[in-house]
Amino acid sequence: MTLKLVPDNTNIGFVRLRYIAFALTLALTIGSLALLGIRGLNLGVDFVGGLTMEVEFKAPPPLDTLREQVDGLGVGQSALQEFGNARTILVRLPLPEGDQAAVQRVVSKVQTDLKAKYPGTEIRRTESVSGKVSGELIQGGLWAVGLSMLAVALFTWFRFEWHFGVSTVVALVHDITVTMGFFALTQLEFDLNIVAAVLTIIGYSLNDKVVIDDRIRENLRKYRSMDIGHIIDLSVNETLPRTVMTSVTLIAALLALLFLGPDVIFGFTAAMVLGIVVGTYSSIFVSSSLLISLGVKSRAEAPIERGERVVRAK
Amino acid sequence: MLDFPAWKVWLIALVSALCVGLAVPNFFPESTVNNWPSFLPKSRLNLGLDLRGGSHLMLEAETSDVRKAKLEALEDSVRTELRDAKAPFADLSTANERLSVTITDPTTLDRAVEALRKLSSPTQGLTGVRDIEVNVVDGNRIVITETDAGTAEAIDSAMAQAVEVIRKRIDELGTREPTIVRQGTNRIVVQVPGLQDPEALKALIGKTAKLEFKLVDIAADPALAAQGRAPAGSQVLGFTDQPGAIVVKRRAIITGDQLIDAGLTTDQNGQPAASFRFDSNGGRKFAKATQDNVGKPFAIILDNKVISAPNINEPILGGSGIISGSFTTESANNLAILLRSGKLPVELKVVEERTVGPDLGADSIRAGTIAGIVAVIAVSLLMILTYGRFGIYAVLALILNVFMILGLMSVGGFTLTLPGIAGLVLTIGAAVDANVLINERIREERRKGKGVVQSVEVGFRDATRTIWDANSLNIIVAIIMFLFGSGPIKGFAVVLAIGIATSVFTAVTVVRLMASNWLRTRRPVALAI
Repeated sequence: MTLKLVPDNTNIGFVRLRYIAFALTLALTIGSLALLGIRGLNLGVDFVGGLTMEVEFKAPPPLDTLREQVDGLGVGQSALQEFGNARTILVRLPLPEGDQAAVQRVVSKVQTDLKAKYPGTEIRRTESVSGKVSGELIQGGLWAVGLSMLAVALFTWFRFEWHFGVSTVVALVHDITVTMGFFALTQLEFDLNIVAAVLTIIGYSLNDKVVIDDRIRENLRKYRSMDIGHIIDLSVNETLPRTVMTSVTLIAALLALLFLGPDVIFGFTAAMVLGIVVGTYSSIFVSSSLLISLGVKSRAEAPIERGERVVRAK
Repeated sequence: MLDFPAWKVWLIALVSALCVGLAVPNFFPESTVNNWPSFLPKSRLNLGLDLRGGSHLMLEAETSDVRKAKLEALEDSVRTELRDAKAPFADLSTANERLSVTITDPTTLDRAVEALRKLSSPTQGLTGVRDIEVNVVDGNRIVITETDAGTAEAIDSAMAQAVEVIRKRIDELGTREPTIVRQGTNRIVVQVPGLQDPEALKALIGKTAKLEFKLVDIAADPALAAQGRAPAGSQVLGFTDQPGAIVVKRRAIITGDQLIDAGLTTDQNGQPAASFRFDSNGGRKFAKATQDNVGKPFAIILDNKVISAPNINEPILGGSGIISGSFTTESANNLAILLRSGKLPVELKVVEERTVGPDLGADSIRAGTIAGIVAVIAVSLLMILTYGRFGIYAVLALILNVFMILGLMSVGGFTLTLPGIAGLVLTIGAAVDANVLINERIREERRKGKGVVQSVEVGFRDATRTIWDANSLNIIVAIIMFLFGSGPIKGFAVVLAIGIATSVFTAVTVVRLMASNWLRTRRPVALAI
């Protein structure tokens, strides 16, 4: 006997639950926006410019003392953050003024100082991005996200109907906002990798929605006498085993990456896991039910077009 | 839907075998692969700097510098042209991106303009657009400005030259496989894998290495010089290794452009020094200048800093000499490398730098590989437990898919970065999704009481349309990411795009082939799914 994550003939009234789902979605979106407004994102050097060093110590260093020591070097106000484990610290510094040698001078100054105070310390990685380049990276990231959304809307409109385009984009905006809200809450570093994660979330959340939309379209043709609410419930329930199975499989793969994978992509994978959970939720509860509110009609409810031959079963 | 003509089976087998074959070199040490016969594939996956360790630098040229340099270089030609045209002139100077000169005899103005117009040359592209414009203002002053087309062309050639100079310098460092590419109009990206010491790299490519020999202005007032003021035609320069300043004539007697060789040597005191040799033309010029100025001091200037200012004891006729100062063997050798590779036509600033230590890179590969293997096992278990026979098909297709992605990335010369590994894991998810869609459809059909063959057939047919819809959208997103994203996003998009293409092939076509083979040979009446 094979494993079934969703039992056969599951029939959940998603459409009936839609107002609860809409309220929850709205609350999550507003909450995330508030978090973004109040706490803000911990933007990486990719977006604000500056210098980052990943330093590995032999033993976990006392953070407060370490901060005082680095600040005492006269290289600007530092920000410290544990990275993956307590022995690895991310040191953020403002980009030094002056020529290219200035960055290197700061790096060697910090390196020499830390090595003297904590023997066996090693600088594993340095990144420095000038303000000009970081501005361009923000711009590139925004363009990539914006254009993806536009492409999604156009594609779904072209492939289905405009209602589907709108409901999909609304759900996607929710997915992205909640993911970013998560980054504001945890203060995990938001860098270029996370933008890639956000774009992938768009891709996968979209996958879910296209599959359900596809089924709704198919059922609209098949069951001409059914009203739209039943068609949506039927479609979501029919595709539910697939939606759950794919999400569970993906999350299993991502959890492996999250806990066993390199620390450098921890934030990236965390974003993906959250994005898939949120995306699955919005696919099942929000985007399809939203179609009713947007006024999609089944053949049974739609006004009969002139010349159309309709046989309505009663 | 389930009928496969023989040629199709062969084609599928051939494509799969070919892609897997391309991935094979990655599983053998590089030295073994190099000894393989030439018809076998040899290209290996290109690992990004974040995985193998190394330095990534983005350099930017100040475009206004290029414009200024071009006009300054024009000064000499203007002087010569006006002398040849016998037009007396004064106040030849360059400021605010304009070169201006006053013609003192108005009757010679037309002649002078005519002569100077000859200095302009047509630019490529638009017909009739020249690189510089010669205009007369205030009756007797000639102003030369660069046109936009001229500036663009100057920047273009300066950048092309800069790439060459940087390549020469990095080659001298003896590092393997540096990547040096132009990006946009005025940027150069330098990537050197496996470099332990980025400082050495930056010391080498950050220097313009403009070498000049200028006469010292002995008439200048030292008190004024200390305030940074110099008589007309002279300038105040600092030293590389000592405080204070020295006044030198603005016009160089010779520049490093005419150097043909430089090397490491020792001076008469046994201290490290850099030797240099001019080409025959430069040698003659140098000989004449030293002959005319015996007994006077001259300054050896690198990037507007004086290295040393020795006296000319006797004419230097052989066209070669040494530069001594307070050098170490290393710094003298670096200077020799810089002189050999020629000067950068424009100053470059580092605007982005990423350095990854080799340990971190190795750690990331190890963690990434372990996570990848665990992910594949988890996904395989879930699939086989859920879909039985069709789950096994899906897993086989999945493994084929991973090999195909590795193979295509190796042969296409794409770079696998850390986000790329994440992309790979996600592609596994996408491939699985295609099979989940198909299998769930088959389940539905079976539940409706349809026969095995018919259920499988309908399952594939109906799911394929959805798979195409979903994957075309993902391809669009991947393309957008590739076009607009930078660095890590691009690496991610590449894997995603390749992965989506191969996953449709393996998850749909290959699995269908396996399923149809089973249905034809066994004619099953029951299916556990």
